[in-house]
Amino acid sequence: MFLKFLLRRLLYVIPMLLITTLIVFSLILLIPGDPVLAMLGDSATHEKVEELRRQLGLDQPVMLQYFHWLNNAIHGDLGRSIFTGQLVDEALMQTLFVTMQLVVVGMIFSIVGGLFFAITSIYFPNSWMDYVARFFGTLGTAIPNFLVAMVLIIFFSLKLNWVPATGFTSIVHEPVSFLQQIILPGFSLSLAGIAVITRHLRSSLMETMDADYVRTAYSKGVSRYQAIFKHSLQNAMLPVVTTIGLLFGTMLGATVVVETIFAIPGMGQLVVNAIGQRDFTIVQGVVLVMIVMVIVINFITDIVYALLDPRIEY
Amino acid sequence: MSFKTIFKRLMAERLAFISFIFLGILVIIALLAPYIVPYEPFKQDLTKVMSPPSTEHWLGTDGLGSDIFSQLLMGSQTAIKAALFAIMIPLFIGVPLGILSGYFGGIIDDIFMRIVDGIIAIPAIILALGITSALGVNLMNAMMAIGIIFTPQFARLARGQTLQVRSEPYVEAAKISGAGSVWIMVRHIIPNISPPIVVQASFNLSIAILIETTLSFLGMGAQQPEVSWGNLIQQGYSMIDMYPWMMVYPGIAILLTILAGNFLGDGLRVALDPKQRKS
Amino acid sequence: MNTETLLKVNHLKAYIPSSKGEIKPVNDISFSIKKGEIVALVGESGSGKSVSSLSIMGLNAGAIKYRPDSSILFEGQDLLKLKEKELRKIRGNDIAMIFQDPMSSLNPVHPIGRQIAESIVLHKKVSYKEAKKTALDLLNKVGIPDAERRLNDYPHQLSGGMRQRAMIAIALACNPKLLIADEPTTALDVTIQSQILNLLRDLQKEFGISILLITHDLGVVAETADRVLVMYCGQIVEEGTVEEIFENPQHPYTKGLMDSIPSLYGPSKEILDAIPGVVPNPLELPNGCNFVTRCAFATEKCYEVSPVLEKHSSGTRVSCWNPLTKEALSENDRESAVIVT
Ligand code: SF4
Repeated sequence: MFLKFLLRRLLYVIPMLLITTLIVFSLILLIPGDPVLAMLGDSATHEKVEELRRQLGLDQPVMLQYFHWLNNAIHGDLGRSIFTGQLVDEALMQTLFVTMQLVVVGMIFSIVGGLFFAITSIYFPNSWMDYVARFFGTLGTAIPNFLVAMVLIIFFSLKLNWVPATGFTSIVHEPVSFLQQIILPGFSLSLAGIAVITRHLRSSLMETMDADYVRTAYSKGVSRYQAIFKHSLQNAMLPVVTTIGLLFGTMLGATVVVETIFAIPGMGQLVVNAIGQRDFTIVQGVVLVMIVMVIVINFITDIVYALLDPRIEY
Repeated sequence: MSFKTIFKRLMAERLAFISFIFLGILVIIALLAPYIVPYEPFKQDLTKVMSPPSTEHWLGTDGLGSDIFSQLLMGSQTAIKAALFAIMIPLFIGVPLGILSGYFGGIIDDIFMRIVDGIIAIPAIILALGITSALGVNLMNAMMAIGIIFTPQFARLARGQTLQVRSEPYVEAAKISGAGSVWIMVRHIIPNISPPIVVQASFNLSIAILIETTLSFLGMGAQQPEVSWGNLIQQGYSMIDMYPWMMVYPGIAILLTILAGNFLGDGLRVALDPKQRKS
Repeated sequence: MNTETLLKVNHLKAYIPSSKGEIKPVNDISFSIKKGEIVALVGESGSGKSVSSLSIMGLNAGAIKYRPDSSILFEGQDLLKLKEKELRKIRGNDIAMIFQDPMSSLNPVHPIGRQIAESIVLHKKVSYKEAKKTALDLLNKVGIPDAERRLNDYPHQLSGGMRQRAMIAIALACNPKLLIADEPTTALDVTIQSQILNLLRDLQKEFGISILLITHDLGVVAETADRVLVMYCGQIVEEGTVEEIFENPQHPYTKGLMDSIPSLYGPSKEILDAIPGVVPNPLELPNGCNFVTRCAFATEKCYEVSPVLEKHSSGTRVSCWNPLTKEALSENDRESAVIVT
């Protein structure tokens, strides 16, 4: 039964992938004038222009171009970087793991921080903790993450000199310096996430704390602590699971900013540089990978939700 | 509810009231910015590089001796302009599409909603970068990109609301009495679905400013001689170890503006909620 | 029947201070429940019956404050004076409660068996595994077929009646001495209603539990209870055995409630149809008798002086200046009928 459910959800994912890849592909159609000239600049030689045109398949009808491109993409062939000539899939592979480490850290910070603030705020209503949580929930989404990043750098790197301001070491190479270097970018990435989860979980908890089944729990003789952790929280988490799934996409986008500021060699930095160099194949590749990741995460979110909520029939 | 009662209820919310005043002043500043700036925003004065705040330069000068206060004022114009322009695209394209899709339903609606789901799945910044990189890097294109990102959100919202309103008895009654589709959409659907759309729009004003400053910060938005708060912070960032406070002012400006937009949205939600009669 | 008193409520006054004056959801009520007795507390919503029952459980919202002279003696111990921690030992163990809507009152994400076992583990020194065994017995006892399988079912997989049986199983888990049933059948179908009421009565006989039955429906009372307390605007207006009340309701409000019992033959009537007018705003209670705005028998005195709960000739207690007598009832029936229409 569960397998059938999985398959059904997967069937929903496929048209989604088709549509989003079509959107990514058609970005090239937005390029005003001759896209090849736009990419290579006016000084390009005639042969080079023709070669790129062929490589991009731009001499064929649009729909055919798309299927051609998609077919190649499925086989891992995303063409070559217009600027460096490097294979796009190679460039992506190098950066993907870096970005994933950053996003996972950001996700952990968001979930832990969000749970902490939301629960303390509910457990100690109208205490200073409650006000901190509410303040944070409001402010966290209003601060752009580049601003957070800079404030953190100023205080923790420049003033206190606790952690380096920039740079990145992979967790598989040196876990200790990884932790030192990931803390600031991870936090900059997660501030909005902490705020969103805090806000959503807090209001969700408030609702469930007033629910009849929590009253039943109290009538059995549970403590406030048990009422929150055993009865309220699991129910309150259900809608938040979806929020967390959506957060992943936002965070993936935000890596662009955070990686640029902290000089982390991930996909975000790759795409920013590529735009500066009009390296459109790389841009397309990065956007494609990020979208696929978002769709996969949404798929996983759906499944987690179904597993957490017994009321959902597979 | 008349406009007057809505406005009264909005102003009864303290934070919304303050935010409204703040944003009002900001819009006025943005309109008048070119006339009231004390200095040309990028006029260099190498004799006064990075001077601290003084009566002459209220917020000091940057690395080239330009007046930060003037840049800040011009930046407000960019922010307001970008936000208003960006919100027009979903309002004039997304909302009508959503209404049509919801009103007529059928296969077109299905396909349309799949496309909307698809676009929404793409992280906003990534899509914005993709669009600006294709269209070319400048403020106008950044605003277009933001507008395009918002469009599916509004289409989905308008569609959902239309579905609700469509089955209301008064719409049925209008249909039976022979009203045409266009008439029903203009007279019944649009007025009834506007409250949630207005609320969403006010939140999206904040998001637009957030994205605009982010793009500008990355160098993918406003280009000189246009000034964005994002650019100012980027400049401050390049001198972060010498003069970290240079980015404080644009930072505060961004923060307050976005907060004000959010509070206004919260207030509007309360004020426009038909269920929440004043106590 | 045992005559020992289990619960004694003395001058319970539960007030909510507000800027516009004190709201008095429960305004000086006293009653007692003997061991093994089923007492019904009857009234419309807003009469204070739920606040009274939640006071016994110590589960009222924080806004509600008790007057210092109020006391709720349970086996001689004043529940209002106990600390939260001590109360927790009594809740679910000595006093248990079942609620109106079994769907929303059961935790949707936990299996039934676990929800029953939780009570047991909280109060007895047993493992979850042993508690599950007790839970199985309980499910059998409350008449849930195929109990073994149901143990792992989630609330949404049960029917309404089964859910309420499961709620009762949770309440019975620790052999409580007092069971408070707050509108236990209101959310259920009519046929299932009487099944649940029968179950409650059987359990009472089997275990000798006392039951405080909270309801707005005198029909439910007639089927189940030994004694009846009628509440209106936070006060008890009439008290007596079921026979006494049904044979001769003396308070006009009780009479109105009686008329609203859906008869098997006629169309059912809402309380509002049987008693004209609405419950007065708790901040603007009338002078004199609280019921005066809706009473067909009001006299001048009723507008000026509040009646007190007094023992009357028949042995029941009633708070009314002009209690109805059996002889007058038939006559007055015509009169009230005129008012109703
Ligand atoms: S005291 Fe008077 S008003 Fe009150 S119930 Fe009796 S007759 Fe009616």
